[in-house]
Amino acid sequence: MKQIQFSRELSSGIQTLLLHKLRSFLTMLGVVFGVGSVVAMLAVGEGASKEALEQIRKLGSHNILISSVKPAEEDTAGTTPSFMSIYGLTYMDHERIAQSFSSVKKNVPVKLVRKEARIGHRAVELRVVGTSDQWFEVIPRPVLGGRTLMQKDLDAKSPVVILTEFGARKLLATRQTIGQTIRIGVDSFTVIGIVKNETGASGAMQIPDREIDAYIPITTAMSYFGDVVIKMSSGSRLREKVELNQIIVQVASLDQVESSARAIERMLSLFHKKKDFQIQVPLALLKQAEATKRTFNIVLGAIAGISLLVGGIGIMNIMLASVTERTREIGIRRAIGAKRKQIIIQFLIEAMVLSFVGGILGLAMGIAIPFFITWFAKMPTVITPMGILLPLCVSLGIGIVFGLYPAARAARVDPIVALRHE
Amino acid sequence: MMPPRSLICLENAKKIYTMGRQQVAALDGMDVAFEKGSFWAVMGSSGSGKSTLMNVIGCLDRLTSGRYLFQGRNISAHTDDALSDIRLRHIGFVFQSFNLIPQLTVQRNIELPLYYLGWDKEKSANHAQNLASMVGLETRLTHRPFELSGGQMQRVAIARALAADPALILADEPTGNLDTRTSDQIMALLGSLHEGGKTIIMVTHESHIAEYAQNRLYMKDGRILKVEKR
Ligand SMILES: Nc1ncnc2c1ncn2[C@@H]1O[C@H](COP(=O)(O)OP(=O)(O)O)[C@@H](O)[C@H]1O
Ligand SMILES: [Mg+2]
Repeated sequence: MKQIQFSRELSSGIQTLLLHKLRSFLTMLGVVFGVGSVVAMLAVGEGASKEALEQIRKLGSHNILISSVKPAEEDTAGTTPSFMSIYGLTYMDHERIAQSFSSVKKNVPVKLVRKEARIGHRAVELRVVGTSDQWFEVIPRPVLGGRTLMQKDLDAKSPVVILTEFGARKLLATRQTIGQTIRIGVDSFTVIGIVKNETGASGAMQIPDREIDAYIPITTAMSYFGDVVIKMSSGSRLREKVELNQIIVQVASLDQVESSARAIERMLSLFHKKKDFQIQVPLALLKQAEATKRTFNIVLGAIAGISLLVGGIGIMNIMLASVTERTREIGIRRAIGAKRKQIIIQFLIEAMVLSFVGGILGLAMGIAIPFFITWFAKMPTVITPMGILLPLCVSLGIGIVFGLYPAARAARVDPIVALRHE
Repeated sequence: MMPPRSLICLENAKKIYTMGRQQVAALDGMDVAFEKGSFWAVMGSSGSGKSTLMNVIGCLDRLTSGRYLFQGRNISAHTDDALSDIRLRHIGFVFQSFNLIPQLTVQRNIELPLYYLGWDKEKSANHAQNLASMVGLETRLTHRPFELSGGQMQRVAIARALAADPALILADEPTGNLDTRTSDQIMALLGSLHEGGKTIIMVTHESHIAEYAQNRLYMKDGRILKVEKR
């Protein structure tokens, strides 16, 4: 019985609102914009955290990335042929980190050299990564074939290389991969494994691996390639000595990440007169994402709140006008035998239909907005079930809150006065 | 003691309106009983209290003092909900200005009491259709009130008043807005309802309309001037 009443109240409410289509639509607009911004807000917030989590997954949440950077003032100096700029992380830095911090569980040295690799007539420019066996533990990627580096490769300075799937495809094509010998620069290396690599710049932070990587033991890199690279820039030769391009540190627990990063930075600063290194903490991305989310939530939350308030007031206003307009109808219904409660329900349902339909339109708009945000601002957005349910509930709530007073006014109408009302 | 067959019984009924310092006694101590199945015409000059009497009888208004017995029960202390329920189940109203709900179709207007009674859709639709054909409007079910003539609107109103099968029909100047020919049709319809057993109390100031009723109650200044029974 109750349900039948509700559904009939609902359909007659919808019919009444359809009598004044434009008026109903204009009344809804506030709720439409309010709900639209709530949906968009939730989508952007979710998107930011999801992206941050994704990046952190690629970067390693427990990792601290320390990279060599060329100090700014060195740029103009390299005009004489004999000049050599020396900067960046050293083997000693790597040692000191290992010895000074008990929180550091893994400590991976990274030496980067660009070399051309060839096999037969095929050639490809690679980023040769001289590193230790622990690289594959701090940057875990699926091993597609063969094996990764081992301590014995480092000890023996073996001429072995692990290619990425991309590199293997470029260089070896359909050939037998594992065990193949390739030339890197002038030296021969044996391919012992293939790993997958992550692609794509990861927003604010560069992920440590590239698709053109070739991993070799750092000891091999040191003895084959040395620490000095010669760069050709606009006809002049520039010599640079960089011992380690990166050190990737992994700590035991999440709450040690930031304190360790600060401690390492302090320690390294003691030995580096110039600012020739930088420290990046992937975990900070999460903080940054949360900050973005907060900013968005404040801005859009304010818009949403104001729109919903204005929308609610609009609904209340129209409902009050409707009650006045329909005083006679209310009188007729009361004379026929409608209870006050039934009049309240009638008007409340109309208010709720207004705000709920507004909510649905707002939802459509709120789904469109994140789409455009993703399109133009290149910001990821995610719409969750919660992101749909919450705004719909909010819109229903608006209908109830702002419909209650007009409905109560309707119920207080005195039928005798109302029936005299012309 | 009132006769047991009285549907409605007023004892020293007073309704006093206070307008600032002035007091207007719209009903000034009325003692009257309306028997079940009777047909009454209430007459009197404008302002004599006829509409006030109808509102009190119709449970839309409360007495200032005195007793009002409906079906032998004193309803003065009833709650608003209880009075609504009496109106819904036992009283049908017919007004001078028809008082149909403009945005609802003829069928929906007739169904209105059934809706508040909680009838299901199909049953009330059937019943409304039967009532519409009884008042000769079976072809107008989907029309809106403004598409009908005055006489047709009043017939819809009568059909609606009958929907919940009430014992009492209250009609306040039901022909006041109608021409003579249409008035006679409406009165014929009310007459047939009376023959069907309904108690009808009708306000009119036209004596030829009052002729349709068995009994006549003349009012003046909130008092009974005279009662004529046939
Ligand atoms: N709500 C009201 N407030 C004040 N006076 C009223 C009200 N309703 C009716 N009256 C007065 O009560 C008297 C009877 O009115 P009413 O019952 O409408 O008369 P009738 O229907 O016979 O013309 C009139 O003097 C009228 O002015
Ligand atoms: Mg009157």
